[in-house]
Amino acid sequence: MNKNYEFEYRQYVIGGVAVLIVIIYLIRLFTLQIMSDDYKKNADSNAFLKKVEFPARGVITDRNGRLLVYNQHSYDIMVVMKEAKNRLDTTEFCNTLGITKEYFIKRMNDIKDRNKNPGYSQFTQQLFMSQLTDEEFSIFQEKMYRFPGFYVQRRSVRRYTYPNAAHILGDVAEVSRQDIEDDEFYMPGDYIGKQGVERSYEKELRGEKGVQIFLRDAHGRIQGSYQNGALDRSPVAGKDLTLSIDINLQALGERLMQGKIGSIVAIEPSTGEVLCMVSSPTFDPRTMTGRNRGKVHSALAMDPWKPLLNRSIMGQYPPGSTFKTSQGLTFLTEGVITPGTTFPCSHGFYHKGLRVGCHGHASPISLVPAITTSCNGYFCWGLYYMMGNRKKYKSVQEAMNTWRDYMVSMGFGYKLGIDLPGEKRGLIPNAEYYDNAYRGSWNGMTIISISIGQGEVNLTPLQIANLGATIANRGYFYTPHVVKKVKDMPLDRKFTERHYTKASKKAYEYVVAGMRGAVTNGTCHAANRSDYEVCGKTGTAQNRGQDHSIFMGFAPKDNPRIAVSVYVENGGYGAEFGVPIGALMMEQYINGKLSPESETKATAFQNRHITYGARNR
Amino acid sequence: MEQGTDRQFGVLRSLDWWTVGIYISLLAFGWISVCGASYDFGEPDIFSLSTRSGMQIVWIVTSIGLGFVLLMLDNRFYDTFAYIIYAALLLLLFATIFNPHSIKGSRSWLVLGSLRLQPAEFAKFATALAIAKLMSAYDFNIHRRKDFLIACSIIFAPMLFIIAQNETGSALVYLSFFLMLYREGMPGSVLFTGVAMVIYFVVGVRYADVPLLETPASVGKFAVMSLIQLFSAGMVYIYCKNRKQAWNIILLSVGITMAAFLLSKYVVPFDIVIIQIITTVAIACRLAYRALSTRIRNYLYISLFVIGSIGFFYSADLILSKMQSHQRTRINVLLGLQDDLKGAGYNVHQSEIAIGSGGLKGKGFRNGTQTKLKFVPEQDTDFIFCTVGEEEGFLGCAFVLSMFLALILRLIKLAERQPFKFGRIYGYCVLSIFLFHLFINVGMVLGLTPVIGIPLPFFSYGGSSLWGFTILLFVFLRIDAARNMARK
Repeated sequence: MNKNYEFEYRQYVIGGVAVLIVIIYLIRLFTLQIMSDDYKKNADSNAFLKKVEFPARGVITDRNGRLLVYNQHSYDIMVVMKEAKNRLDTTEFCNTLGITKEYFIKRMNDIKDRNKNPGYSQFTQQLFMSQLTDEEFSIFQEKMYRFPGFYVQRRSVRRYTYPNAAHILGDVAEVSRQDIEDDEFYMPGDYIGKQGVERSYEKELRGEKGVQIFLRDAHGRIQGSYQNGALDRSPVAGKDLTLSIDINLQALGERLMQGKIGSIVAIEPSTGEVLCMVSSPTFDPRTMTGRNRGKVHSALAMDPWKPLLNRSIMGQYPPGSTFKTSQGLTFLTEGVITPGTTFPCSHGFYHKGLRVGCHGHASPISLVPAITTSCNGYFCWGLYYMMGNRKKYKSVQEAMNTWRDYMVSMGFGYKLGIDLPGEKRGLIPNAEYYDNAYRGSWNGMTIISISIGQGEVNLTPLQIANLGATIANRGYFYTPHVVKKVKDMPLDRKFTERHYTKASKKAYEYVVAGMRGAVTNGTCHAANRSDYEVCGKTGTAQNRGQDHSIFMGFAPKDNPRIAVSVYVENGGYGAEFGVPIGALMMEQYINGKLSPESETKATAFQNRHITYGARNR
Repeated sequence: MEQGTDRQFGVLRSLDWWTVGIYISLLAFGWISVCGASYDFGEPDIFSLSTRSGMQIVWIVTSIGLGFVLLMLDNRFYDTFAYIIYAALLLLLFATIFNPHSIKGSRSWLVLGSLRLQPAEFAKFATALAIAKLMSAYDFNIHRRKDFLIACSIIFAPMLFIIAQNETGSALVYLSFFLMLYREGMPGSVLFTGVAMVIYFVVGVRYADVPLLETPASVGKFAVMSLIQLFSAGMVYIYCKNRKQAWNIILLSVGITMAAFLLSKYVVPFDIVIIQIITTVAIACRLAYRALSTRIRNYLYISLFVIGSIGFFYSADLILSKMQSHQRTRINVLLGLQDDLKGAGYNVHQSEIAIGSGGLKGKGFRNGTQTKLKFVPEQDTDFIFCTVGEEEGFLGCAFVLSMFLALILRLIKLAERQPFKFGRIYGYCVLSIFLFHLFINVGMVLGLTPVIGIPLPFFSYGGSSLWGFTILLFVFLRIDAARNMARK
């Protein structure tokens, strides 16, 4: 026997090494195959060529079925870098497309730059140039065989029938890098809604992409259909939208607001549907399509009048005297006043050296005539007594927060939740706000101006219109929305739910009476008509420079069909712009057209421009 | 005649059927993988001889036949003719260098009519026989320098010829014989030093450009310096039996490195490898001083190992960085690293993708999109394990790896039970070769070891390698089957 006992232990060392190697490899396999999903995705993009078929985006109509936005074919030029490399007569290519060589080089470099184009792969089609017209396409197609690696992808572009409602409709544009990261649906070169309902209803409008899966080898050559097309999907068209907007009303509103900065919002009180939403200045949505979108967009963005801003939901303004209605409702419901309570007002509210001016009317005065004549004094006294009522409220803070609760219940101070992007919440101060502002030392006198819609209070024009709708409904509102129906889908439940305010239904009747009085023999007299009963309230908001002209109203008084708010920046008294514009809007909607006299009046207002300074707004 | 029948019967009775079973199941799984890897669109018949899967069946059947024939030969045949077989293969290797049929720059093919063979695959078994014969001689002593050098030259001769054929990868396989030498008494420190140098080089070069957690240090250098410190502690523990000293080295190294790292990351960014070098040199000086004060020579050797390690790593790094890129490529080719030195290359990346996409259960037989669509080069030969990973998933890979492990452990058991040194040495040669192939081939597919173009035994497509591995294994099985005859 020739055994080597001395080194026999080494069999275990060698065996141990073998075991160790296998264990290490198993751990590595485990991390590669089970811990990580990346490789799987990588493999799919490696081997599968997914030919995407784009769905048609949903079309958009107004509440009466008039077509507002539809699709038209356009063509995108796509490039596969791997195939295009060094095989292109650049000069001829550039001439065919009418682009410069510098642009070509820049574009090719941008495509390869993963910072700008995160989904880049040299094997897949990348967007080279978008939205060719039919004409440009036919020129290119003739020569396409000479440009290896370039393909044409049929897409659709948005077309607009009317030059109106740009802010509501919004627009589509190529997805940003962020969009791609946020949602796996998108690939570079896809389109996405950027503003308006195009954005808020993107998921409904975009539909589902179809896909045909091909297998390809390492050289990018198509080897066949994957599993005989069992996994292929046809595209599903996007869902059509019916807006609650009446495009004729919208067009009239835009016409009336020409040359003025401001907003008109009309709501159908019984549903919360927004009938029109004018933000002035506006722009023609038809200019925001095609390859010039970028240029037009940046020009609009530079405009000092900020036409891109949707003032109806983004502008936060003092509501002025239209706010008095909400105060009357609060004071009545809280028992601070009764319908018979009168307060003295001889040209204003005078107390402890503080003076809030008012115009001439009978004194003392009760709630209904106070609304009718838009008496400042009455509401100042009301707030003063509410804040000072220590029997009901332990402190001014408690009184203030009770007040705040009323305001919030009416839809102020928070976003209403309209189905458009970018809504602002406005401002309703609370006790804490004033504690911070005045270091805890404040009372009803300090904050008196909020009772007449001045001071810290800010509302969006939409919130003012919604106040009108709430009064029209005598105490509740539906969340305003611009989309009446998404095809084959029920309306979001949040738009069919009634929101009751804290004010009592009885209180509303007094406020309605006051607003009716304002039209029959008060500040809104110009809106009075014989065919239906209009209720209204003017507002004149003080600010630096000329006052803002405001109107809030609804019609008819019983079974109201439309509530409207008009806000004209620096328009002067409420009666000057607000009332007549509001009256025309109501007439248009209720009668379906304007009478010849009203038409003349409308033209006159269309041409009455307000001179604004050059300062940014 | 009667005697012959008896012998054959005896062989089959004392044959290690466990090993045969593992061999057969590996062949079967290997064939499935080749089918998956070479399957193409529109190829209807996997058994057709025009396909690689069909051809592989031919190789498998002939291999089994070959194995049977080998079992029928007398066990003394291998012992007796070991040197002659070795000399013949050496001659064949030498002749192949000058043959005109080069395939992809490799001159390793011998073309006989329609048959193409790679003599390098058969030289492994010849070399194993020769070295077993040499070392089993009564007067052979591995600790005698002359004997050790003769053993080494038996290993190096075929290596040189194979390198001359531009098949460095296959040549490197012969290094696995050192594992056998280790079992036979070669000082572990020799094997360890060799392995350590290879690790330094591969780790250092491969991760040279990876920054360590956003500090200026490179992961490659950091890892190598840490390894040197770890090795020195380990050697002090093992060879000087001084546990306290070993712990001191570890604590000192870790403490200083951590402090330097925190300082570098949060205060002043600097290359913490410099601190590591200073620490390591200090450790070496301390060990040298200890060698003088205690007169234990092992401390001195360890100190030299530490200094030598740093010297080797930095000189290799320096030489590599000074060279021009085409020279570097040649070095890489010479080292068998081919074009994938930094592991960032196409092959490995694609093979990781293919394996990773397999998941737990794999995509199923012939459903692997990566391999089927030829994303992985050499997918039915060197990168065959990708196909296993993609189509059979983690479970399939785990099964294959455990079968290989079972084979190697079983071979260790068989080798240890040999009554003669010849059988044991030959057995260790066989299992070392299998282990080396498994280690390098699966490792490179998983992106862990350098890409060296050697096949995975029983899996990779090809007749020569399959025959070669079969011969290696069945000669040993034949020797093992005769283990009890000596006593009769």
